Amino acid sequence: MSAATDTLTARDGVSTRLSDTLWRRPKLLLVLLLLPPVLWLGIIYLGSLFALLLQSFFSIDHFSGLINYEFTLRTYAELFTPANFDIIVRTVTMAACTTLASAVIAFPIACYAARFAKGRWRAVFYLGIMMPLWSSYLVKIYAWKLILAKEGILTWALEGLHLNWLLDAYLALPVVGGNSLSVSTTGTFIVFVYVWMPFMILPIQAALERVPVSMLEASGDLGARPGQTFRHVLFPLALPGIVAGSIFTFSLTLGDYIIPQIIGTSRLFIGQAVYQHQGIAGNIPLAAAFAVVPIVIMGVYLYIAKRMGAFDAL
Amino acid sequence: MKTNFITAVVTSIAAGSVATTSLAQMTEIGEGEGALSIVAWAGYVERGETDPNFDWVTGFEEATGCMVSVKTANTSDEMVALMNEGGFDLVTASGDASLRMIAGNRVQPINIDLVPSWSTVDDRLKEAPWHTVDGTHYGVPYMWGPNVLMYNTEVFAEAPTSWNVVFEETTLGDGESNSGRVQAYDGPIHIADAAMYLMYHQPDLGITDPYELTQDQYNAALDLLRVQRGLVSRYWHDAFIQIDDFKNEGMAASGSWPFQVNLLQADGVPVASVIPQEGATGWADTTMLHVDSEHPNCAYMWFEHQLASNLQSDLSVWFGAVPSVPAACSDGRGMQTQEGCDANGLDQFEKIKFWKTPVTNCESQDECVPYYRWVSDYIGVIGGR
Repeated sequence: MSAATDTLTARDGVSTRLSDTLWRRPKLLLVLLLLPPVLWLGIIYLGSLFALLLQSFFSIDHFSGLINYEFTLRTYAELFTPANFDIIVRTVTMAACTTLASAVIAFPIACYAARFAKGRWRAVFYLGIMMPLWSSYLVKIYAWKLILAKEGILTWALEGLHLNWLLDAYLALPVVGGNSLSVSTTGTFIVFVYVWMPFMILPIQAALERVPVSMLEASGDLGARPGQTFRHVLFPLALPGIVAGSIFTFSLTLGDYIIPQIIGTSRLFIGQAVYQHQGIAGNIPLAAAFAVVPIVIMGVYLYIAKRMGAFDAL
Repeated sequence: MKTNFITAVVTSIAAGSVATTSLAQMTEIGEGEGALSIVAWAGYVERGETDPNFDWVTGFEEATGCMVSVKTANTSDEMVALMNEGGFDLVTASGDASLRMIAGNRVQPINIDLVPSWSTVDDRLKEAPWHTVDGTHYGVPYMWGPNVLMYNTEVFAEAPTSWNVVFEETTLGDGESNSGRVQAYDGPIHIADAAMYLMYHQPDLGITDPYELTQDQYNAALDLLRVQRGLVSRYWHDAFIQIDDFKNEGMAASGSWPFQVNLLQADGVPVASVIPQEGATGWADTTMLHVDSEHPNCAYMWFEHQLASNLQSDLSVWFGAVPSVPAACSDGRGMQTQEGCDANGLDQFEKIKFWKTPVTNCESQDECVPYYRWVSDYIGVIGGR
């Protein structure tokens, strides 16, 4: 190790020379540092995505279940058969409704948490919002199944209040109704809204915390009514937060396959269709084609979100 | 996904070169290879871990040195997918999967001379069309049983005599409609249940085999299933969710497996099961050997084990099924008794239409609706189409 102490002698030793080279060529250092993450992103992430995309251009031999490795668009055409198209429409509608309801419910909660909760209450609020994320997703869904069941807690409570005629009248409605809440579209909707709610509250809260109080006061001083202040000042400034939250709720609903399997009408969602075609029917091409649908929808969605400035604050 | 894809490509290339050798069957059993992997239905391969009384694996492992690993599958389609992927030795395939795997060259012919206990197999199963093609055997019978009609004994004072309680709107024993109180199986093979019902009630349709349907017969079955969609709130897919629904959703009746009936009865829920006048669909499972199996000697040892050991007897008690070796009912090799076998349907063999894969070139008709149409159309029916 004399080389390290005596700078006049020729610098040798592998690590020393390596460090010299890297010092002289900072670009090489950059490449070496970036290579692992880029490879990770390129191979594991984009590579698998590309493999998925490739699968969707194959087709399946419907009897033996073996895949024909020949380029075809037949699998994509299958997406537009009425039954499959129903699945897409159903999922997107559910995702849109869930997102809308989440935003409406989350806004006042986030508003209170961001502007009015102080000190310890603020901590309690954060905990309260985050807590559902810490318990198991499956346990929560099974708990909801028991709450919404025909002989479940909700029915029991409504009977005690003599309000079960209200529930019966609601369940008699077409589309949203059913035999009990746990086997109706409404049940699926309630559980989706519940499960994804924290993902909506947190970004809105972050956006609202950044809105200076002075702006709201200025709006009031200039004669705006509270409603006008909300419409013209608070809401536009919070919009990026709402859009960011909606990206979570919308994409999570698009991809979920567990909630509609346990709670709902047995009608398929995109996630279930992917799961059934891939895992059960072995129809990987159609599963891949179905998996491309949320990617396309989210691409369009993100483009619109970007136009609305959802990422400006990032 | 990437690795899957590469494996898929490699397998498809390899399949071409293997195809010629795959038709050769084993001629002798050598030393065990020390391992055996089986794709099986839940509860089919038990080693005493769920219940210490039910164990038909450790004895086999001790005797042969073949360590058994199990991959559980929930549906026939899943089994076919797993076998197409490869890497497994055996599969306990039902009739709606077995022919597909034979057609896809995923399983190899079995030399029954190497299975000494073959002669004890139920004569009704030896040449069964779901594992025998052109006189060649592709598997060894494992277990069979009916898809029973499970009903709530508080709603039905007497056992229902017809499947109409799950297919058409009727008033049940307690004076209320069956709408919303019945369930159906969430698998395309359920179309055969509808066809079997029509076979009995609309003989002019000319259905002779519920798995071989012409377009008209098939349409009639789908129409019946659309009526059923109006009655069914949730289709059952997972046996345990069905069990929960019979406890909490006030279910009155559903097609089911003896497995759920046994578990619900053990829990004190008032249910019972029956095979109605129309008959029932059923499953007859066959153990089949993968074409590229790495442990064929262990697999042949398992074939003998599954017929000769306590497996047949104890599994039939565990699953509520019927042994493929009739002697296992009464010779005391396990817990099953003659009464138990009779209760599980031993004498009902003729009334049961066993699951098999619907194919275009069917025997009883000129042209039948193939299985892939069943899959997509059943998704449509459940979706309200």
